[in-house]
Amino acid sequence: MLDIKNLHVKLEDEDKQILKGVDLKVEAGKVHAIMGPNGSGKSTLSYVLSGRAGYEVTDGTATLDGEDILGMEPEERAAIGMFLAFQYPVEIPGVGNMTFLRTAANAQRKARGEPELSAADFLKLVREKAKTLQIDADMLKRPVNVGFSGGEKKRNEILQMAMLEPRMCILDETDSGLDVDAMKLVSDGVNALRDEGRGFLVITHYQRLLDHIKPDVVHIMSDGRIIKTGGPELALEVEKNGYADLKSEVA
Amino acid sequence: MALPKAKEDATAALLGTLQMPDCGGWCRAAREDALSRLTAMGLPHRRDEYWRFTDPASLIVPEVPKAATLGADPEPMFDQIERLRIVFVDGVFSPEQSDDLTLAGLEIERLSEAMTSDIHWARDIYGKLEVEAQSPVARPLAALNTAFASDGIVIRVTGKVEKPVSLVYLHERDDSQAILHHIVKVEAEASITILENGPAAARFNKAMEVDVADRGEFRHIRAQGRDHERRAATHLFGRLGQESVFKSFTLTVNGVMTRNECVLNLTGDDAVAHVAGAAVGDGDFHHDDTVFITHGGETCESRQVFKKVLKNGAVGVFQGKILVKDGAQKTDGYQISQALLLDETSQFLAKPELEIYADDVACSHGSTTGAIDEEALFYLRSRGVPDAEARDLLILAFLAEAIDEIDDTRIAEDLIGRLEGWLARRKDD
Repeated sequence: MLDIKNLHVKLEDEDKQILKGVDLKVEAGKVHAIMGPNGSGKSTLSYVLSGRAGYEVTDGTATLDGEDILGMEPEERAAIGMFLAFQYPVEIPGVGNMTFLRTAANAQRKARGEPELSAADFLKLVREKAKTLQIDADMLKRPVNVGFSGGEKKRNEILQMAMLEPRMCILDETDSGLDVDAMKLVSDGVNALRDEGRGFLVITHYQRLLDHIKPDVVHIMSDGRIIKTGGPELALEVEKNGYADLKSEVA
Repeated sequence: MALPKAKEDATAALLGTLQMPDCGGWCRAAREDALSRLTAMGLPHRRDEYWRFTDPASLIVPEVPKAATLGADPEPMFDQIERLRIVFVDGVFSPEQSDDLTLAGLEIERLSEAMTSDIHWARDIYGKLEVEAQSPVARPLAALNTAFASDGIVIRVTGKVEKPVSLVYLHERDDSQAILHHIVKVEAEASITILENGPAAARFNKAMEVDVADRGEFRHIRAQGRDHERRAATHLFGRLGQESVFKSFTLTVNGVMTRNECVLNLTGDDAVAHVAGAAVGDGDFHHDDTVFITHGGETCESRQVFKKVLKNGAVGVFQGKILVKDGAQKTDGYQISQALLLDETSQFLAKPELEIYADDVACSHGSTTGAIDEEALFYLRSRGVPDAEARDLLILAFLAEAIDEIDDTRIAEDLIGRLEGWLARRKDD
């Protein structure tokens, strides 16, 4: 589904290469995890895939279901099913969470040539999804992420994911800033979305998230490359020995 | 002190084109006093400190700069609201288009009628609040208004009026000049909402003096007309008694030149004053909000919330002052002025001021100028919201804090709809 080949990326305003040839394939129905030390390029990968400005692709390709996504605007990527759960969800004062969700859901439907959701249908859907994530009516009414705790922000990301039903979900350090209970809640939300037709790319520093969201494949990223790929046991190995061993092994 | 020659000449030139309306008794004296105030201070000039950011030239040149009229709004403002309509066409009261001037809890008269009576309550207000507001800062265009106002409405509120009084200013001639002066006296425990809308004239000078007695409530919502070439200088004067409420909101969409001054004097204890505005301008647009709030009573609250969205060289100005007098303890004063600049050619000039002579007060002020938040924009786009739609959403979100100052949600929604219309029209360019 998501197919990344030899992806090279540098910062737009600086002569600094961040990704130095990433190869990665995420199949529908699978959960892939990327682990790696700080500064290895994990978050950059997620931003480049979702279309954030400030990066320049110098080589390689990325396709979703065969469509080249690197030339697309962020909203076009969203419309064909790409979703990034942000590490730091953005606060938008003045825009109600509900308005935000409805605008996004309907914009994607419109882009795909589908009819917009009626206000009543939308409301019913949001309430249902919000309930399982323990998001109350007040959180839906408040401006997007404004005054939300770390855990609330992450749950709100998962709510958006649940509402938009993307084909390819990228979770960028969704576990950061979460306590044990919140992590469980968020993980349950993600697991509920696991589906034959949907792929996941879970970026994390720590193994503990992967106890809740069980990956099929684990990649280790270091210095802008995937240096090792394995099964879930690879995450446990990292947890035990750190990244240093792996790096020297590859070198 | 003698005026500079240029100022004296400019004043004489404009006065040469104006004629003091006929009236006797108290009004003659009020007008002549105002005229002598005006000739002593002279008309404003760009070099005056209070006019540093706004060139008053087009507001005072003898020949009125022309302004094309777009005609009647196909969807008239406030139409969904049951109201008493009072219509002025190019600054002249139109009895045919207005409702009967009767409403429970109110006495309404034309200014010219009030002026013919020998004894009238209006004489204690007409020009009086304006005079008080002439210090410490001169407001010559207000003195000019008191001297030469040709029409207006005089309202005494004695009860809780359910229906708003709606002043509708139609603009028909491209070279018209309107000078209107309204007086509103809100008696103790009475309340009223005044609505104003429309471009009024090619050049509009308007003053409204509002005297709110103890526990009285005055609400005011205004939408300044959509005729792009119109010019306006307005003054809103308020005197607030104990536990009184004064709330005013202004929406400005288009207008080549607008200067809105608001001067409030909180004389009684526990009074509440909120003044807010949202202005959006594209291209040849200059909008100036000048506010001066004086806290005289104790435990009063004042809020100023002004937001501007500017593009293609539009200019926004904010001069806002909170003056807390000696003894006005427990004052709660808040002031925020913010501009969202949609490009690098637009400008926002702000002069926030606090002057405090009491020692137990909480006053804060802030002013910001910025562009669209790129992080928020990307966040919205990453969820599938197209770039243009995401920008509009962020612009409306920026204005929301000012719109939120309006108590009546129907009116707030109507204004938001008009802002959406403005944004949609910008895309046709």
